[in-house]
Amino acid sequence: MPELASKQTPPSEASQKDATQSRPSSAGSPSATGAPQYVITAENLTKRYGDVAAVDGISFSVPAGEAFGLLGPNGAGKSTTMKMIGGVSQRTSGNLTIMGLDPDQNGPEVRAHLGVVPQQDNLDEELKVRDNLLVYGRYFGLPMSYLKPKADELLEFAQLTDKAKSKVDALSGGMKRRLTIARSLINEPRILLLDEPTTGLDPQARHILWDRLFRLKEQGVTLILTTHYMDEAEQLCDRLIVVDKGKIMAEGSPASLIREYSTREVLELRFGSERNATVGAELEGIGERLETLPDRVLIYAHDGEAALEEVSARGLRPVTSLVRRSSLEDVFLRLTGRSLVD
Amino acid sequence: MTKKAELTKKAELTHSIPAGTTAVPALRAHSPEVSAAKARKWGAFYYAEQVLRVMKGYGWTIVMYGVGQPVAYLFAMGVGLATLVDTNSTAAFGGVSYLVFIAPALLISAAVMTAANEFTFPVMDGFKWRRVYYGPHASPLTPEQIALGQIIAVTVRLLLQSAIYFGVVALFGASPSPWGWASVLVATLAGLSFGLPLMAYAASIKEDKGQFAMVMRFIVMPLFLFSGTFFPLDTLPLAVRWIGWISPIWHGTELGRVLSYGYEEPPLLTIAHVVFLLALCVVGWVLTKRQFVKRMGG
Repeated sequence: MPELASKQTPPSEASQKDATQSRPSSAGSPSATGAPQYVITAENLTKRYGDVAAVDGISFSVPAGEAFGLLGPNGAGKSTTMKMIGGVSQRTSGNLTIMGLDPDQNGPEVRAHLGVVPQQDNLDEELKVRDNLLVYGRYFGLPMSYLKPKADELLEFAQLTDKAKSKVDALSGGMKRRLTIARSLINEPRILLLDEPTTGLDPQARHILWDRLFRLKEQGVTLILTTHYMDEAEQLCDRLIVVDKGKIMAEGSPASLIREYSTREVLELRFGSERNATVGAELEGIGERLETLPDRVLIYAHDGEAALEEVSARGLRPVTSLVRRSSLEDVFLRLTGRSLVD
Repeated sequence: MTKKAELTKKAELTHSIPAGTTAVPALRAHSPEVSAAKARKWGAFYYAEQVLRVMKGYGWTIVMYGVGQPVAYLFAMGVGLATLVDTNSTAAFGGVSYLVFIAPALLISAAVMTAANEFTFPVMDGFKWRRVYYGPHASPLTPEQIALGQIIAVTVRLLLQSAIYFGVVALFGASPSPWGWASVLVATLAGLSFGLPLMAYAASIKEDKGQFAMVMRFIVMPLFLFSGTFFPLDTLPLAVRWIGWISPIWHGTELGRVLSYGYEEPPLLTIAHVVFLLALCVVGWVLTKRQFVKRMGG
């Protein structure tokens, strides 16, 4: 795998160099010192709708080739951020550059660099599967001599070759999603924006999609994705930000976030819903942190088994007990709370 | 050993797909800079191409509508009804047969009705139902180009449909003047002058409450009936004659009559028809552009 990755990197660097050389004022210009080459930089990025700040002064930079995730509950400002990066929504204030360009000033130029997978599929349902790719490629002024073989290649990539002549109507949800991803790749973008790419898909379809996204990452494509599936973020993202109410709550790699905001393991105990609430006092001092939920008690500890032994030693008999590794979900819930967001 | 070789081969196969094969020259898209420059220049036509491809899906319907409607109307009105009408003096119709009198009106009305359909439901589909505008919106195209592309595509349809319609009219011998063909252009202009303001309205609708059905019933139908279509406008009482004056169908029809049988009217009035239709197009386009930018830009 590393071999493949290294084999794939040179063209991506070359193409970015080409891209940046033609623009003297590029913020993401490559430097001889080997400093990271940022394809996206946001400083104090803000979007207001009337009095409501959907995105409230967030800053981040994404180097080329990284898989960067935006995590957050509904209404956190993820999609709004994605729209601003995608050059389809104007920011209220702050700075934003994509490949060194301001999307508010150079919308078409910025969008020409991107592949976009929106939250809702917006395929041309009346056109055939392959025609969807051809038509979309035309928006980039690509000639048919390129588009026809490219469409076939992408259909292969999206495992839709058999469906090339079907109408989009006839595809399953997972197929439509894969076609949307194939469509977003028609212009060979170096940056791919994916807004909740696997929401609503069954596990098989999700795993196929993840596999395809991995391959793109191996080819050096920068992935920017939003998701509220924590396993997806852990699988795909090199680095992520947790966003809540338009602000960044935390930033880092999945592993570093778990280290920072959670313990290595979590012990889950169920004493029955009556007893869960009262047992807290008796568990005091076990592990590093205790969280009482209506259905279970969570003990955050470095060593879950040891914590469980301590629970037994105190003479407590939970109905069920489970020791598991801490996950990004623990971090997410700790940072954004457990109350429902509508 | 063989298994290993097999695995390697399999790995090569799977990896060769995204990487491109070695024998064929690698498939490369032109640079984003080229994409953006091309889209800035030709974007509206790129989107028009998409709309026309979708229309091709119901191309047969378009042709049948183009042929079937004039045949039916010309038979029913121009031949059937005309046998009664023509027993009276043709003076009221400027000395021509009833068939010749109504043919331009039917041609113009058909274009306006097509425009009324093409500039309402597809726009709602673009913004709301299937959100088709948001695909190209993420590409280098601008909202303005998407709107213009749709207009270009509908213009093509109007030209094609009106040409077929006129062909049928000519076969019925209902366009004696050598300038009759130009009424195809007038029909297209009339369609746009009615369709563009309607497109602006359609683009402003956030929720579908059956507004378009109301437009068809309470705007398109009355205009069709009271625009000097089946009888000269001045036979109507003054109280309802204004419907004709504000109607693109009336202005278009009067122009069509001038062209197809040399209907006589003051030259100033002829100019007024053209100006009125063009003005509606301009106002409609400005409002449409504003709505599209507002809806897809914010």
